Amino acid sequence: MTPETPIRWRRKDLLGIAELSPAEIELILDTAESFSEIGERAIKKVPTLRGKTVLNLFFEASTRTRSSFEIAEKRLSADNINFSTSGSSLEKGETLVDTALNLQAMAPDLVIIRHAHPGVPHMLAKRIKAGVINAGDGAHEHPTQALLDAFTIRRHKGRLAGLKVAILGDIEHSRVVRSNIHLLNKMGAKVTIGGPRTLMPVEMEAMGVEVAYTLEDAIRDADVIMMLRVQLERLGRMAFPSVKEYFQLFGLTTARLAAARDDVIIMHPGPMNRGTEIASEVADGPYSVILEQVTHGVSVRMAILYLLSGVHEETV
Amino acid sequence: MSPYQGKLLIHGGRVIDPSQDLDEALDLLIEDGRVARLDGAIKKPKDAETFDAAGLVVAPGLIDMHVHLREPGQEYKETVRTGTMAAAAGGFTAVACMANTDPVNDSRSVTEHILLEAQRHGFARVYPIGAISKGLLGEELAEIGEMVRAGARAVSDDGKPVMSSELMRRALLYAQHFDIPVIQHAEDLTLTGSGVMHEGVWSTRLGLPGIPGASEDVMVARDLILAEDTAGRYHVAHLSTARSLDMVRRAKSQKINVTCEVAPHHLILTDEEVAKSGFSTNTKMKPPLRSEKDRAALLNGLADGAVDCIASDHAPHHADEKDVQFSVAPFGIVGLETTLSLCLDRLVRPGILSLPRLVHLLSTGPARVLGVPGGTLKEGSPADVTVFHPDAEVTLSKASFRSKGKNTPFDGWKLHGHPVATFLEGRRTLDG
Repeated sequence: MTPETPIRWRRKDLLGIAELSPAEIELILDTAESFSEIGERAIKKVPTLRGKTVLNLFFEASTRTRSSFEIAEKRLSADNINFSTSGSSLEKGETLVDTALNLQAMAPDLVIIRHAHPGVPHMLAKRIKAGVINAGDGAHEHPTQALLDAFTIRRHKGRLAGLKVAILGDIEHSRVVRSNIHLLNKMGAKVTIGGPRTLMPVEMEAMGVEVAYTLEDAIRDADVIMMLRVQLERLGRMAFPSVKEYFQLFGLTTARLAAARDDVIIMHPGPMNRGTEIASEVADGPYSVILEQVTHGVSVRMAILYLLSGVHEETV
Repeated sequence: MSPYQGKLLIHGGRVIDPSQDLDEALDLLIEDGRVARLDGAIKKPKDAETFDAAGLVVAPGLIDMHVHLREPGQEYKETVRTGTMAAAAGGFTAVACMANTDPVNDSRSVTEHILLEAQRHGFARVYPIGAISKGLLGEELAEIGEMVRAGARAVSDDGKPVMSSELMRRALLYAQHFDIPVIQHAEDLTLTGSGVMHEGVWSTRLGLPGIPGASEDVMVARDLILAEDTAGRYHVAHLSTARSLDMVRRAKSQKINVTCEVAPHHLILTDEEVAKSGFSTNTKMKPPLRSEKDRAALLNGLADGAVDCIASDHAPHHADEKDVQFSVAPFGIVGLETTLSLCLDRLVRPGILSLPRLVHLLSTGPARVLGVPGGTLKEGSPADVTVFHPDAEVTLSKASFRSKGKNTPFDGWKLHGHPVATFLEGRRTLDG
């Protein structure tokens, strides 16, 4: 699991999976392993990031990711401050660049950012000295989600290489699928994506995946199935006619699971729409690892905070 | 600016004049703002000033038939004065300016205002392009006749397409009374949706909403049908896709009255640039940077005559407007001060185009599309002359732009070839 020559984390920011090497991905996952035990302790706190300041900037609604980062920060004893869209200066007409410069003036060590527009974390990273962690930029990347997904898969399958992973649903609007494709390809897994043609971006094959247009074709012999949330707010934009019809075509039910491998695991980045992309019997069933993903999310984000904070360098 | 009174001998240069099929070492004598003689070894008249053009190309003044001067209404982005200064600096002696000003150029009074500003302190000829529809709303025809009488040379709702087929049909019919082209910004807005870059591999990777090539193609297809039925003069602005170009080529062979222009950025960059530049908003324009296949098709079209001219779509914006997230930044980049060097280095140097063909695409071609004087050095014509170095090294620098707009993806590019001197009716508007 550990690379032969241990590598050190060199990046200021974690903006996406696309630019990471397999060794860097393994370093994060291995580091997360060592942090996961803290969450099982009675006193879930270590002094690792004491004196470090972390800003959580969420320009788009988030419950899971934001709470996960906050818990990770608190378990590492960082001081954290939260900004969310409502009441923030962006709503008062301040530009993103000015917001960045003002935040920089407060000298944070790390900035976690989620934004509805692709590229915003990259823009921020160029302007500020603090390390920037992308917590989701539009439909572009969501690197920490892909890393916690990989961590979860590795826990169950012991490896990533050689696995067949099916990712299904609203591909077009999903940052989760893009980060997962990059990560799984780099680690030697085989990815098939599936979903309605109206939600399939052009030239997906160029990202190194197979594309299927029925649920059965997509999940055949799959070791892992990831279901993506159908973005219901986009109904009425001609993507598909009704939730009922979507569920008939792409909803994951126990009966349909038969095509996958017997030891398949079912994942979902959340939030789930029960009865839209996934039946409750599957979401709550024996193959589901959906809540484990959430648990592992904290360990993976602790590892990322630790690596980007530079404390491992300071103590060398 | 008044014509230069007196004599000027531009000697020792390589004269390229596509209107006369000329490409040879000649001297050019200008008298009182007009071309007096074009000949081998003209003896310097005693009272003439001279310009040594040894090693340089002497061409008809370049014409950019697609620019945004932003005046009236958006003087913080550009004015007639700064825009024409940029034109002169880039080797252009004439520009045609689009109607999406504030107020819109949909009336005689706005057309007259632009021309007055140009007369007062213009460094280049300015040909206003009137709006097709009142307020660019795409609903009813603007007073095209009034604008033409005031000096407009074409009509366009550029920035917006004419979505209504019926209005487009009527524009193509009505414009024939004035023998002017109807210039279309070809884009089906329902297909564009919220798109901000070309729909393809890179929009898919970056998760940015795409603008499909079909958005342009369905509009060009529709307009060609209307142009055929009406016999109107149809011109496609900033054509950017392989399929649209094919349709234009085919329409030309069927004697449909169609012309088209392409922009330098579509000839040089592709959609990959959005990723390579790290979401730089200077890679965001409409139409968007397209695929490599589209780019290659446009290059072919330049060489085989399917493309009539190169136009920059000079679209200055304030730095504050562009210094925002990619998705919300305005579309457009400046081009007046980069076009000639980019074309010389990226089109002529690698052998895609001959120098005479480039000069045609930048002068004689647009003059013919607009039906304006220029694009020629024939004796008796106005002495609008561009002198440029065909291959001397230059570094593009936005800091030295005369334009108020610094929004370019080409800042810092090392290129070969650049303008040296620009003469408007014999008067020097750029000092090399």
